[in-house]
Amino acid sequence: MTEKTSQTAIPDSAGRYGAFGGRYVPETLMSALHELEAAYAAARVDPAFWVELEAYLRDYVGRPSPLYLAERLTSRLGGARIYLKREDLNHTGAHKINNTLGQAILARRMGKRRIIAETGAGQHGVATATAAAVFGLDCVVYMGAEDVRRQMLNVFRMELLGARVVPVESGQRTLKDAINEALRDWIATVADTHYVIGSVMGPHPFPMLVRDLQSVIGRETRQQILAAESRLPDAVLACVGGGSNAAGIFYPFVEDKGVRLIGVEAAGEGLDRRHSATISRGRPGVLHGMQTLVLQDDDGQTQAVHSVSAGLDYPGVGPEHAYWASTGRAEYVSATDDEALDAFELLCRTEGILPALETAHAVAHCVKLAPQLGRDGVIVVNLSGRGDKDCVEVARLRGRKLGG
Amino acid sequence: MADRNAEHRIDQALRSRPPGLWPFLAAGYPSIGATEVILRRMGSLSIRGVELGFPFSDPIADGPVIQNAFTHALAAGTRVADIFEMVRDVRDEVAYPIVAMVSVSIVYRMGVESFVERARSAGFDGLIVPDLALEEAPQLATCAAAAGLRLSMLIAPTTPPERQARIAKLAGGFLYYVSVQGTTGQRAALPVDLSDHVQQVRAETGLPVVVGFGISTPEHVREVCGYADGAIVGSAIVKRITDALQTGADEAQVVEQVARFVDMLCV
Repeated sequence: MTEKTSQTAIPDSAGRYGAFGGRYVPETLMSALHELEAAYAAARVDPAFWVELEAYLRDYVGRPSPLYLAERLTSRLGGARIYLKREDLNHTGAHKINNTLGQAILARRMGKRRIIAETGAGQHGVATATAAAVFGLDCVVYMGAEDVRRQMLNVFRMELLGARVVPVESGQRTLKDAINEALRDWIATVADTHYVIGSVMGPHPFPMLVRDLQSVIGRETRQQILAAESRLPDAVLACVGGGSNAAGIFYPFVEDKGVRLIGVEAAGEGLDRRHSATISRGRPGVLHGMQTLVLQDDDGQTQAVHSVSAGLDYPGVGPEHAYWASTGRAEYVSATDDEALDAFELLCRTEGILPALETAHAVAHCVKLAPQLGRDGVIVVNLSGRGDKDCVEVARLRGRKLGG
Repeated sequence: MADRNAEHRIDQALRSRPPGLWPFLAAGYPSIGATEVILRRMGSLSIRGVELGFPFSDPIADGPVIQNAFTHALAAGTRVADIFEMVRDVRDEVAYPIVAMVSVSIVYRMGVESFVERARSAGFDGLIVPDLALEEAPQLATCAAAAGLRLSMLIAPTTPPERQARIAKLAGGFLYYVSVQGTTGQRAALPVDLSDHVQQVRAETGLPVVVGFGISTPEHVREVCGYADGAIVGSAIVKRITDALQTGADEAQVVEQVARFVDMLCV
């Protein structure tokens, strides 16, 4: 049975996390948000919902995911003991499945036979298509045309799973534009369609819903690290694009004041060049139905962003992260494309684990932090996804061409 | 308002009979200069008012035609300040009301109070912020009312009656009834129950109701104006600009073709 948290005052009934969150959508969507809010409020206190979800998480996803002591990486960096929370070992290869199964069960409870999703790197699209297949729902995934190019393998996986992948040609042709298009679909189809948002973002109740569904990561981690070390870690690290894997592992540690929660954003080519470090460089604004920190210009127009990893290539961030940044509860740092690529290779060679490029940003910060904390320190890195999907892109960046 | 005793332009337009057309234009498409010329030309047509869209990078309520116009306008360098300046230049030359259709991101970046003040001093008569839901709207509603700007709020086919009443309480001028569950853009036919919905909203809220989304032909406008207090046509007009540009028309020809189409739409 899922533990009920003591932090339920956040968000408030309007979906506010301090100054962030809320609902900024056309009136056409409000009834769907109210319906979802009511359905989730009912599911949240219904043991049957959690029993069903937990059975899928155990028997289908393979949870709990291991917490692995990375001894060779630890000794290479010469500092804190490093544990990896192996979300990459989940079915479909990332943390995204924790959320999509929960939302698919909710969609079924609401009587909706069709689910739609946006995807950046393709992991959330694959996880949504997977949930659709296992529950027999129709599925459409919106994906920026630029990301379709970068993530061909995941596009094919989604199609194999029976989903229709729609390349989005508007705007910058990446994740932000895919979300716009998914919202437009939903505005026209709310009666029979549920929008499975892939991160802790969007209008209330999505940030709360996705955080709750991903919190299984942090709850397991807390038990596992206590079992392994008989104490809590000094720091928990996770990469942040929209921020769902970070919110999932941070949330159960929020009230453990001695645990540093560190989100790692994508600094791209560097913070003074093209990047997508929203918390580091963004300012308060509205995007995709939420008030949050946004990379935008002086007119409120969303700015072009860049990251080597398609999943972090996002100009906004979940409102709870903006809130945690504003209160100082979590710290947000960044890693560049080059640092992430180096960390990607380091983890391959020291541990035999090929991380997603998104995840490699968290590993890159671990490389800096572990020596600082010293040998008595303990770090947990959320290894949010595996990197098979990135091999073609990494090879291209390294000057190699794979396959035909 | 230069004269505080004069009737508000929006109220006056809504009172004039028969109800008529409110064309939507994307500011800066194809250029801010062209928008200015089109606004002047509209002064000689029997429209009721103009809805002027501020181009936005992420317009989630808009279909492909208006998205494309906004993308083009932003790429051409259209800034919020340019729109205010342009409206200030035409304001005294046309009698019809001008309503700003603007995303909340743009309003919040400038700050609610300063956006309202700049809109008022530029000569806008009202505001529509399509992604500002009822729950987030009180601050803007208060500010707009204090400045004499009418804040039109959206009502959707899925809005329950109890919520319609709360929206109406906050709104000024007219309620913007979204005719279809979807984004902006042309539809072959209007929903069969549109008339019933519009009359129900008007009866329950006591506010004038103007209908938008999916209205694209003179027949649609005539039909809607038979039971509503006005009809907004957006994508169909913007598409005239896109089509004209694609045939290589120069700016004067674009203006002419748009004016001719709007004239045809006027009931």
